[in-house]
Amino acid sequence: MGKRVIIVGGGVAGMQAAITLKKTGCSPLLIEKNIALGGKLNNWDRLFPSQTSANEIINGLTDEIASLNIKNILCGEVSEMRHDEDKIEVNLTDGNTYEADAIIIATGFDLFNATQKEEYGYGVYNNVITSADLEEMFRQGEVKTSTGVPPSSVAFLHCVGSRDLQVGQGHCSRVCCITGVKQAIEIRQALPECQVYNFYMDMRMFGPGYEELYKEAQEKWKINFIRGRISEASQTIDNRIRIKAEDTLAGRPLKLTVDMLVLLIGKKAAACNRKLAADLGLSLRESGFYAPKDNFTDNVCTCKENVFIAGTALAPKTIGEAMNDGTAAAIKAYEYLNRFENGK
Amino acid sequence: MANNWGFGINEKRSIDLDTNNFDIVRKILEAEPSFYRCISCGSCTATCSAGNITNFNFRKVHHLLRRGEYQTLSGEISKCMLCGKCSLVCPRGINTRNIILNINRLITRQNLR
Repeated sequence: MGKRVIIVGGGVAGMQAAITLKKTGCSPLLIEKNIALGGKLNNWDRLFPSQTSANEIINGLTDEIASLNIKNILCGEVSEMRHDEDKIEVNLTDGNTYEADAIIIATGFDLFNATQKEEYGYGVYNNVITSADLEEMFRQGEVKTSTGVPPSSVAFLHCVGSRDLQVGQGHCSRVCCITGVKQAIEIRQALPECQVYNFYMDMRMFGPGYEELYKEAQEKWKINFIRGRISEASQTIDNRIRIKAEDTLAGRPLKLTVDMLVLLIGKKAAACNRKLAADLGLSLRESGFYAPKDNFTDNVCTCKENVFIAGTALAPKTIGEAMNDGTAAAIKAYEYLNRFENGK
Repeated sequence: MANNWGFGINEKRSIDLDTNNFDIVRKILEAEPSFYRCISCGSCTATCSAGNITNFNFRKVHHLLRRGEYQTLSGEISKCMLCGKCSLVCPRGINTRNIILNINRLITRQNLR
């Protein structure tokens, strides 16, 4: 009985799965489509709620992958997969084919494309940016408007491409609320004179330390939380952004002009899900994320006994949750590969 | 009934879910079930043409309706110009015009009779 496991996707879930599998004595092969391991985390600066550096997490995982001698392929894009009873064939776009006894799908998510919400003018007005663009500014160490000066006021809009049926994104992306709180604090830390406003509908502080960070944002960092969703944004003659919202708690329309508007974009199911699910005979949720075999007991398993899923291929998740999934999927794969030995 | 003497010097303050009548709101929701999906984000009111010149507030209309508080509604919806901008910005895809028309049909016209 072979113990070859292919892990598709070298983000945190995939890396963690590979590390766990290697330690159990299996032979993992990690396939990543980009030039480096780490996935979306490569584009992030610091992580909520502890302000831990994203590099620290990536470096820890890549070091372990190197020291365990885990085989990995970079710039390897999957073109097709074939499921054949107890074997799976993975074809890459470069023409190479790999075979495995089990597979873990850790292909992650896509960021919501903010240009779809035309009323906010992303891609049209220079000072409308996304939370991902702001992370890039944090990584560069400078938050600046399009004219190259630090903003004196910044507004964040929660739920862009989440809970929005107009763009086919009915689900909650979960992490944007706490990202908005984290980034608002980081703006105040970098620019103490800058006024920060967060426009929200509900604040979903579900994780340990999240509600505490929200309180800190109110009390220590003096962030202005306004309950109302921005309905439209326009540009003024001096390149500032004029916002319209309802202050729902006052019950009146509200106008505000800021130097910069940050759209907290949600997580969208990865575009590759449809193709890979069809190749392997897996089912997807209405949101486009993979549906596990069971929501509770087999939540990293699928209807195919040698196919497992980890991380944000399943649903929007935090880094910690995605890593837990990686461990869980690896252990489930290990159990499957050792099913005959265990049966004796 | 113990605290209701049939008269009082103050107008009632509380929203009384025990005695409010929900037949009308039920009919409006049946006519436009997308209304169930509202999460009170206020996009409709923020973008409302009428709301910027009058105190018309469509989110509040929804809220009062769902609580069975109809007293002020017929006066409120007469301010709507049916421009439809609210339905363009609604993240829940609610057919707001159809709701206004049904409020008009079920509340305003009955008040006139």
